[in-house]
Amino acid sequence: MEFGLSNEQWMLENSLRGLLEEKLSLERLRKVAEIGSGFDATLWEGLVAQGIVGLLVPERFGGSGLALLDAAVVAESLGYHVAPAPFPASVVMAPLALMSAGSEAQQAKWLPKIASGEVRISVAFAGGVGQTGEASVQLDGDQISGLLTGALDAGAASHVLVFLPDGRAALVDAHEMGVAIEMRGSLDRTRPVSSYELNDARAIILDAANDARVVAARVADAGRVVLAADTLGAAQSMFDRALAYSKERVQFNRVIGSFQGVKHTLADLVTMLEPCRALVWYAAHAQDAVPEEARILALQAKAHLGEVGREIARLTTEMHGGMGFTDLLGLHYWFKRVAFNRQMLGAPEHCRQEAAAVQGWLTV
Amino acid sequence: MDLAYGPKYRALQEEVRGFVRSHGHLSPRTGGGRKRPDKRALAWQHLLLQHGYFARNIPKEYGGFGLPLDVMELAIIADEFSSAGVSPGIMNQGISMLVPTLLEVGSKEQCAKWVGPTIRGEVIWCQGYSEPGSGSDLAAAKTHARVEDGHFIINGQKIWTSSAHFADMMFLLCRTETEKGKHGGLSYLLVPMSAPGIDVRPLVTMTGRAEFNETFLTDVRVPIDQIVMRRGDGWHVANVTLKYERLLLGDPNKLTYRLARVIELMKKTSLEGVPTIQIPEYRDRLLRIQGEVLASKFHGLRLLSEQAKGEESGVRRLIVKLNGTMIAYRLSSLAVDVLGAAGLPYEPKGEALEDDEATTWQIDNMYDIGLIIGGGSSNIQRNIIGERGLGLPREPTADIKLGPKE
Repeated sequence: MEFGLSNEQWMLENSLRGLLEEKLSLERLRKVAEIGSGFDATLWEGLVAQGIVGLLVPERFGGSGLALLDAAVVAESLGYHVAPAPFPASVVMAPLALMSAGSEAQQAKWLPKIASGEVRISVAFAGGVGQTGEASVQLDGDQISGLLTGALDAGAASHVLVFLPDGRAALVDAHEMGVAIEMRGSLDRTRPVSSYELNDARAIILDAANDARVVAARVADAGRVVLAADTLGAAQSMFDRALAYSKERVQFNRVIGSFQGVKHTLADLVTMLEPCRALVWYAAHAQDAVPEEARILALQAKAHLGEVGREIARLTTEMHGGMGFTDLLGLHYWFKRVAFNRQMLGAPEHCRQEAAAVQGWLTV
Repeated sequence: MDLAYGPKYRALQEEVRGFVRSHGHLSPRTGGGRKRPDKRALAWQHLLLQHGYFARNIPKEYGGFGLPLDVMELAIIADEFSSAGVSPGIMNQGISMLVPTLLEVGSKEQCAKWVGPTIRGEVIWCQGYSEPGSGSDLAAAKTHARVEDGHFIINGQKIWTSSAHFADMMFLLCRTETEKGKHGGLSYLLVPMSAPGIDVRPLVTMTGRAEFNETFLTDVRVPIDQIVMRRGDGWHVANVTLKYERLLLGDPNKLTYRLARVIELMKKTSLEGVPTIQIPEYRDRLLRIQGEVLASKFHGLRLLSEQAKGEESGVRRLIVKLNGTMIAYRLSSLAVDVLGAAGLPYEPKGEALEDDEATTWQIDNMYDIGLIIGGGSSNIQRNIIGERGLGLPREPTADIKLGPKE
């Protein structure tokens, strides 16, 4: 038995961190954030070159054929650097949906394009994942109509994958007739908030799944795990910065980290944060290897990281004093990333309620 | 990530299962508070030692099984015993704290003399650390010993000495080098509880039971070789012991087990006809703690893997006590709230008898506070995590001279 990452996974993380440090200075981040599409073409090229975009795609379709745990490792690094990259939907959820519900021909057509970075697919749910916005979608033959809010990774997407209330998934070309996208200003400037209005848009239905609802839940859970991992990275980054600051900032002739008020807060934060990593790893691993625990773990990891992330984001911001509240430090990009992840694909309360249902504790 | 056991471990798993099947009926009842092991417990202990399910890694010449340390083996044995509800053997401060301390820093003679009888359950130890004036600030101990004709002559008072009323021996931290500083003046002595001048008085805790004692030492004589390491090394030795104590507290297996108990309680307890597990407010509290217990459980597995590979866990290990004791307290608090007014009758039956469910939860809930305080209270843990784990500077200290003037 070995609980932890393999050497290959540590290497994957290492090389990705190198890329992110090189490509994503705070100045660069500010520029991309100004546009707000959640997409940085140069960074994307780097991710394609490192094989990260085709992470989950099987080797026979030009990908790396890796597992969700590898995706979680990547997500943690992306979150650490608040990378503007369409990862959760385009690199994890969409290929997973195709692999689980697409016919052989659909897989052969789309997966290689995902792996090469040529196609970027946004994912939107018409119900079922705890959205608070509106969503009503009708399918008529192969034509789809309706309004979809809360689409993930839509900023520079070529397609959108719509999950219908019955669990089936429909792939729509974002540039086709009958597809209108509305980009809203997003709280998290590294991730867009977008909605799609569909009017008799042509849809390709992925219907090779035995049970469409199971696939929809599996895709949502995979998204939850990578959002949890992203929060883990963002929270770790905020913690590291607060710790470093507490060792250099001097008040009353002492570094503030020598005061118990600050020291004990940091101790509490690391005590909350460290076990989260093992939870995220196991939740990711369970999606591929422990089906009977997969749902509970995805939901609980998402909920728990939402709670811990919020606490860390607040207290590390406070620890920077007035500077933490300014735009100058840029700490707010991390704060908002954590806030975005918390609400997307089900806030903690929703995830826990669903975890209760999965465990049979919700019969009313 | 590979959560399967290899063939070597599967074989051990089979072997332990076989043992539990054929011998499990001989096990003493688990739990039941701190008592001196009875005949049944001693016989069971003997059996475990023979099979290497206890003291597996202690050298043969000291009464152990003599195998090299393999934490996975230990995890498998613990797992099989606990899932079968069979006693994993005697757990006391001598076995889990003094024995590893002697093996790490004691002399060969001391190991040969004490390890065997202690792991067999024949010699019971208590811990003479805290004093009325030195709890969190352990190194401020005032109990002192002077040397006279080849003996230490000890005077002072210890507190929180659990098991002292039936212990044979005490490992004692006291001041022997008055001219040296606070930390450098301490020594770690091994004291027989039968020595004249030792007076043990039970200390009733908030649970209503006498779980601890106060121990008074008046001119207690101990031969000068009954010391671990040398004079003035006491602080170092005490910290070796504390390291092993921290590992005992905050155990994630205990949290998983307790979570299961709370879930059972919430399924069978109703509020105006609705099971509490179906009531959103109670259920969400349960689910929040479930998330924390899951995180702690997998964190524990991660630490186990790191230990098996000989990797340093650093701050990850230091957080275990602070994290685990607080979650345990929140679990028992939830249970107390689920019981509501029906949980208010409090009728403890004493050490030997089983308490009713409500009383058990109330005792657990109060005892959890004891565990948050004991072995270095939560705020001391935060100092340790901050200073040793995160590299933050210490608070400036006022240097106060301590110890009696002679």
